Amino acid sequence: MWTPNLRYTVLISFAALDLATASAVTAPPQPPAGPQITPLPGNVSRGADIYEAKCGACHSLDSNRIGPKHRGVFGRKSASAPGFRYTTALKNLNVVWDRQTLDRWLQSPTAMAPGTTMGYRLTVPQERADVIAYLKQQSLQH
Amino acid sequence: MIEVNGLKSRRRILSGSAAALSTTGILALLDTSARAAGAPANVGNAAQDAQLLNAALSLEYEGIAAYQIGAESKLLTPNVLKAAITFQSHHKQHRDDLIAAIKRLGGAPAAKKSEPAYAKELDTASLKDQAGVLRLALKLERGATNAYLGLIPSLNQSDLYVLAARTAADESFHAAILGHLLGEAIPQKAPMFG
Repeated sequence: MWTPNLRYTVLISFAALDLATASAVTAPPQPPAGPQITPLPGNVSRGADIYEAKCGACHSLDSNRIGPKHRGVFGRKSASAPGFRYTTALKNLNVVWDRQTLDRWLQSPTAMAPGTTMGYRLTVPQERADVIAYLKQQSLQH
Repeated sequence: MIEVNGLKSRRRILSGSAAALSTTGILALLDTSARAAGAPANVGNAAQDAQLLNAALSLEYEGIAAYQIGAESKLLTPNVLKAAITFQSHHKQHRDDLIAAIKRLGGAPAAKKSEPAYAKELDTASLKDQAGVLRLALKLERGATNAYLGLIPSLNQSDLYVLAARTAADESFHAAILGHLLGEAIPQKAPMFG
């Protein structure tokens, strides 16, 4: 029998189901695609430590490993490290790596280039700025 | 967008027609709607997750090779060698877990490189003593812990969160032992990773 109470209970259940099914098919939250914000000033010394701790599993300055070598990356066109086999996602990205593009990339690689193999996100803005400052300095020594 | 549209359409069904349908009927309708909306997104998500796990698999290949090179270097004392071989066996388990997950997602597992290629990339020729081998292992284990933790927000399938988290825990265990063997001080600040 469809009493008001039963209807209310069923609707609440639907609401819960609705949320559950929505979360099951929705991608993880992505950073908002708002207006471009200039990244914070970075600290090279802190950036070196963060790079070793958080990027060093896959990257080196002078060796292509799980990811491409990074010396010279600042100011370089995407997918152009010599000798590294890039995914189609990166080959199609077509950006120059600068403060803005590196900041977007490090915030969420899969949002910027769906299909990339890089899933690591550097979520703290200051850490991104520090790593970018370090990469810029290392690239200038290239 | 597909998910949002699906959500809206389901809400319209609920607000406008709930009273006219049986519970079973609406549940069936919801299920169909969810599958119709979700199927393409899930296929894409699975392919993306397989790509991300392939990077992790490459990391495990490199770790296995690093421990192999260290074990064959004749630089390790028997007890350290035993620990290195045990840690390598953990990485082989991680490799197998990742290969199984990638296949389950419909992906093709990445191929490993040759041992000389890993040796060159890691510059293992520069290792001259046990401490050098341990420092390299510690760097890789710490990096791997952070890599797995940093990977979690990008994964779409929730069961993979557990895979990444438990692998990160294994890597941090290795890092703790290696730090102890090197006489490193206990980190004074938490969190130590992530």
